Amino acid sequence: MPDIAALKAGPAVAAKAEPWGAKPRRVLSGRNIMLYGTLLVAALYYLLPLYVMIVTSLKGMPEIRLGNIFSPPLEITLEPWAKAWANACTGLNCDGLSRGFWNSVRITVPSTVLSILIASVNGYALANWTFRGADVFFTILIVGAFIPYQVMLYPIVIVLREVGIYGTLTGLVVVHTIFGMPILTLLFRNYFSALPEELFKAARIDGAGFWQIYFRIMLPMSLPIFVVAMILQITGIWNDFLFGVVFTRPEYYPMTVQLNNIVNSVQGVKEYNVNMAATLLTGAVPLIVYFVSGRLFVRGIAAGAVKG
Amino acid sequence: MQHSVSIKDLSLSFGAVNVLENLDLDIGDGEFLVLLGSSGCGKSTLLNCIAGLLEPTGGQIFIKNRNVTWEEPKDRGIGMVFQSYALYPQMTVEKNLSFGLKVARMPRAEIDKRVSRAAEILQIGPLLKRKPSELSGGQRQRVAIGRALVRDVDVFLFDEPLSNLDAKLRSELRVEIKRLHQSLKNTMIYVTHDQIEALTLADRIAIMKSGVIQQLADPNTIYNAPRNMFVAGFIGSPSMNFLRGEIVERQGRPVFFTNGVDFALAGYAASEALQPGRKVVLGIRPEHVTVDGEGDESHQATVDIEEPMGADNLLWLKHAGHTLAVRVGGARRFSPGTAVRLCFDMRLASLFDAETEERI
Repeated sequence: MPDIAALKAGPAVAAKAEPWGAKPRRVLSGRNIMLYGTLLVAALYYLLPLYVMIVTSLKGMPEIRLGNIFSPPLEITLEPWAKAWANACTGLNCDGLSRGFWNSVRITVPSTVLSILIASVNGYALANWTFRGADVFFTILIVGAFIPYQVMLYPIVIVLREVGIYGTLTGLVVVHTIFGMPILTLLFRNYFSALPEELFKAARIDGAGFWQIYFRIMLPMSLPIFVVAMILQITGIWNDFLFGVVFTRPEYYPMTVQLNNIVNSVQGVKEYNVNMAATLLTGAVPLIVYFVSGRLFVRGIAAGAVKG
Repeated sequence: MQHSVSIKDLSLSFGAVNVLENLDLDIGDGEFLVLLGSSGCGKSTLLNCIAGLLEPTGGQIFIKNRNVTWEEPKDRGIGMVFQSYALYPQMTVEKNLSFGLKVARMPRAEIDKRVSRAAEILQIGPLLKRKPSELSGGQRQRVAIGRALVRDVDVFLFDEPLSNLDAKLRSELRVEIKRLHQSLKNTMIYVTHDQIEALTLADRIAIMKSGVIQQLADPNTIYNAPRNMFVAGFIGSPSMNFLRGEIVERQGRPVFFTNGVDFALAGYAASEALQPGRKVVLGIRPEHVTVDGEGDESHQATVDIEEPMGADNLLWLKHAGHTLAVRVGGARRFSPGTAVRLCFDMRLASLFDAETEERI
């Protein structure tokens, strides 16, 4: 086989017998085949289930019964999507996933905003305003992140009941905010610690106080870490199942719980296409968040030098 | 003398580590004081205490005869310039300069007046609308100085302001800081580890080691009459030659004796009697030794290594079992192995006690 690189590089290089300039590289080298081959296989492995789900969700039930799960739909129909959104039945009510979607929005948005606001101020105070007992406070907060959720479920149920918000959306928002605190505080503290300390000192000499430094110096410099925190919280809370099922009543179930109830309902025919469409609808929000802000996410992770 | 800044009995410890111990320092009105020392000697810590960014464990700080020990940084009448410039990255130069004034709710007209005055003094007028990221290192440091300037303060604090700049810019800005001090006549306290900056800028230098001021004096005294061996070795590049020996008596006069060679001490102004038998260290700077002068017969040396440095030429010589660094003119070249005669200028030498390492 002729040397492809040499052919590509043209006669100028081919004519030179002696090594000159950049060393020519073979495109089809064994190393490249291994590398790109592995990447291709890995990509296919992860994309295949998604492909099957999309294809199945666009088929009618008769076509699904033929059993060719990899073949593209002969006749594209959006009916399963419409049914999943508006008519699928969970137990008694048959108004589809839409109710769960709006519940999830009403849970995720306030939880995300609230937890990020509190955690960023926490992290800022811990990083820049060292106070007596700051280390102890921080240690306790971090230890909190390692206690398994299951241990805390029942005590929290009792606390929420005593406060009078058990079974409400408010209760669930409070729980999500509290459980987001350790990791988010760690995230913000590390990010603010990595900012040059002299900036903070300069602002103090300029006479700025706690909130002025936070809002006018620190916040404008911290967009990437806020995006990271937002992604972590939106995906985490949106995908939450355990808290949603434990701390709310059926009319407030988040989308994930409702999806489970649709897919696992045992009455009548299993509508695979509707189940697939419902799953895709539920997963759409985190997926869109990743696609829109993925680049910022990576930048924030690198800038803060913390794990997400 | 009117004191601009007075530090009385100042101590600071982090847990068990004492960074500053019972430190006293008086700085005159309009004086340029340089705190000089290697990293970890407590010089930056002292500056942060004066600025109010660190709380001392004990002692008092007076600025303009006012006890400011418990006051916030902004109320102390100080401006500070940092090594990393510490400009607010999201604000333009103009906003950087005016931030502190806006926080203090100063009228708009007064802010504009001060900003344009600072911009004029530092020649940063054309840069006012730019962000710090669009400036060069030298321009950034100018803006950082401007931020201290607009505050119209009594005392300027500099924390290694030139250490992030390359050599050429550093010497340029050094001159500018000196010019600024001459025209403004503010008190300036300047922290550095660079002895050239210290010697060129300072009215007085305070050399620090382990949180203690070793010597506080004008640059000339520091250079020519160091109080102890630490100061003597820290200042000067290459550093002072140290020869260990003892005092002996020859014809009724004390001389320095080491490895079988006598060094006459004529011209040396000792502060106390030189008792024969006392163990001492003779310190002499490379430029205070002359080669092939009218040196006496006893100071024979051989050239070991020659380091040409352009303006001058550094010789490493073997003399009486010691290695000596000697500076000669750049035009005079010596090949290794050459035998030379040396002449020591004892008026500019230093004698230290071998045990206390203090100057005699």
